[in-house]
Amino acid sequence: MAEEAAVRAQAETVRRLKQDKADADEIAKEVAKLLEMKAQLGTDEGKQKFVLKTPKGTRDFGPKEMAIRERAFKAIISCFKRHGAEVIDTPVFELKETLTGKYGEDSKLIYDLKDQGGELLSLRYDLTVPFARYLAMNKITNIKRYHIAKVYRRDNPAMTRGRYREFYQCDFDIAGQFDPMIPDAECLKIVHEILSDLQLGDFVIKVNDRRILDGMFAVCGVPDSKFRTICSSVDKLDKVPWEEVRSEMVAEKGLSPEAADCIGEYVQLHGPEGALCGGQHWHRAHLLHPGAETGGRCLWCL
Amino acid sequence: MLRLAPFAAARCLPAGPRLGPLCLAGNCGSFARSRPPAGDRGALSRQVRAAAGGERLPVLKTPKGTRDHPPAQAALRERLLGAVVSCFKRHGAAAIDTPVLELRETLLGKYGEESKLIYELQDQGGELLALRYDLTVPFARYLAMNKITKMKRYHVAKVYRRDNPATTRGRYREFYQCDFDIAGQFDPMIPDAECLKIVHEILSDLQLGDFVIKVNDRRILNGVFAVCGVPESKLISACSTVDKLDKVPWEEVRSEMVAEKGLSPEAADRIGDIGIERIFSILEQRLEASGEKLRTTETQVLVATPQKHLLAARMKLISELWDAGIKAEMLYKKDPKLLKQLQYCEDTGIPLAAIVGEQELADGVVKLRDVATRKEVDIPREKLIDEIRRRLEP
Repeated sequence: MAEEAAVRAQAETVRRLKQDKADADEIAKEVAKLLEMKAQLGTDEGKQKFVLKTPKGTRDFGPKEMAIRERAFKAIISCFKRHGAEVIDTPVFELKETLTGKYGEDSKLIYDLKDQGGELLSLRYDLTVPFARYLAMNKITNIKRYHIAKVYRRDNPAMTRGRYREFYQCDFDIAGQFDPMIPDAECLKIVHEILSDLQLGDFVIKVNDRRILDGMFAVCGVPDSKFRTICSSVDKLDKVPWEEVRSEMVAEKGLSPEAADCIGEYVQLHGPEGALCGGQHWHRAHLLHPGAETGGRCLWCL
Repeated sequence: MLRLAPFAAARCLPAGPRLGPLCLAGNCGSFARSRPPAGDRGALSRQVRAAAGGERLPVLKTPKGTRDHPPAQAALRERLLGAVVSCFKRHGAAAIDTPVLELRETLLGKYGEESKLIYELQDQGGELLALRYDLTVPFARYLAMNKITKMKRYHVAKVYRRDNPATTRGRYREFYQCDFDIAGQFDPMIPDAECLKIVHEILSDLQLGDFVIKVNDRRILNGVFAVCGVPESKLISACSTVDKLDKVPWEEVRSEMVAEKGLSPEAADRIGDIGIERIFSILEQRLEASGEKLRTTETQVLVATPQKHLLAARMKLISELWDAGIKAEMLYKKDPKLLKQLQYCEDTGIPLAAIVGEQELADGVVKLRDVATRKEVDIPREKLIDEIRRRLEP
């Protein structure tokens, strides 16, 4: 602190000399002294110039980008509202312990805030854990909510592939106990409405349930103890080709090649006969209610 | 070092009594927890964890100085920000957004004494980062990076300050700012006049009552200080003290300037941006006082079925409404009782119910019920959407 005060005093001296239009040599001498003091202090202020940039993996949105985003959000929000969802918002950071233990291998991607003498904090990694915390804190058992906000991950963003460290998520969740599959059906309907409304062209909606995945793993001979870690590998299939995922499962995670190949057969299944549709016809982007009375037929086009 | 020219911005302080204690409509309970601060729980939680066989105790709270925004608050806030943004747009401002994170060096040296209030990120092996403290320095960086010389922009976003929030007085560590700035060289005072007009439009639109707009220019402040004999070296320091006038009573500010900073006291007006959080508090209190219940959803029609085995019919009808852009809900029960469905309408403020039972299905009609008046009318199915739209028209 004393050194910093000395630097400030020296800066004051230089300022006064310049103001008083003192002798050029004297000014030069004092300036040199100031620079040396700053260099010794080793702070960023020693630099004469700094770079103007946003942090790695983040970017500004200028007016054009904002106009596009606004249009997209308007369509998305209008759909959520049409379905009677309420909006909530949560802080951008959480207590570090709230996020601890929730993200498995991805935990290393969490941005931590510096310990500045108060609570230990981290930037939110997604909107789901905050949602769960919100429900628990407020003892809420039933809610239909949407939450559109930015989340933070210390990825190595391949920027050309549009992945960032700060990015938007639009979460829509229905929490609570209800008669089976009715809320699920509405969620599918919402995805369909939004993607249609945005006029992006044709699309396919893929539906999963963790229990199906567990069943698949069991059938393929994945040991119980490896379920979660194999799950994270399979999760990467949207970014990384099958060969790489397979190799990670076998070489890094010790899965038997037979089990890996078995999984491979399932995950590469797609087309008109989906494994998940209960044996009935599978319409693109239509919704199926796997209930007994409807016999797995498509409800929305009854 | 980026030096910001005095952007014309008008300070506005609502006339009348100082804001009282904040009362939250739709409490979220984040301050209601009576747990000891995290630091003290170290020993206790270790014991508990050991006893529980190493399981972690969940702590349910938002960080100090922050809060969740539950639906009632979020809806009110949406309305408020909507009014503000619509005014900015009316004046031809373009929106920008910047990351919540900035390089530490971008923020270094910009905030003087307040720098200790900046939230820094831990050094995790990459660039050294911090959370933005305001929206002005990011704006200056954006202009410089993009070599922009003229711009009229607005930016509505949250900023972060490690204050000691007197949370009863509505100050937080995470809070919204609504910045409107006109950057560039123009004929004198024309942009300034527009800024005043905008403040006036927004505050009038919000119907908060009478208000006073105070206008300042840093050069006036410097002039005032010069006339009062404040030495140049103390200008910035005097400025930060005077700046505290909106949070701290005059006596305290005066005492700081005299006792700590060795100045002779002088009251001065200051520049600022529109205090959106304060306006939000006012609106919340008012809403609470009036007892009015603000709807948290915009649903217009509840689709209901009175008998069993009509789930498919219910889903088909609601699907038609959604496809027509009508805001509709149905209960997530296979065979709900009609009374429960109608009760839901009353609880959440849904104005219409579209009821379709065995009889209606056979007759090709839908029973449309006005929830408030309880009047019901059978409408032919193909005319339903038009009828709903007609009734919902303001």
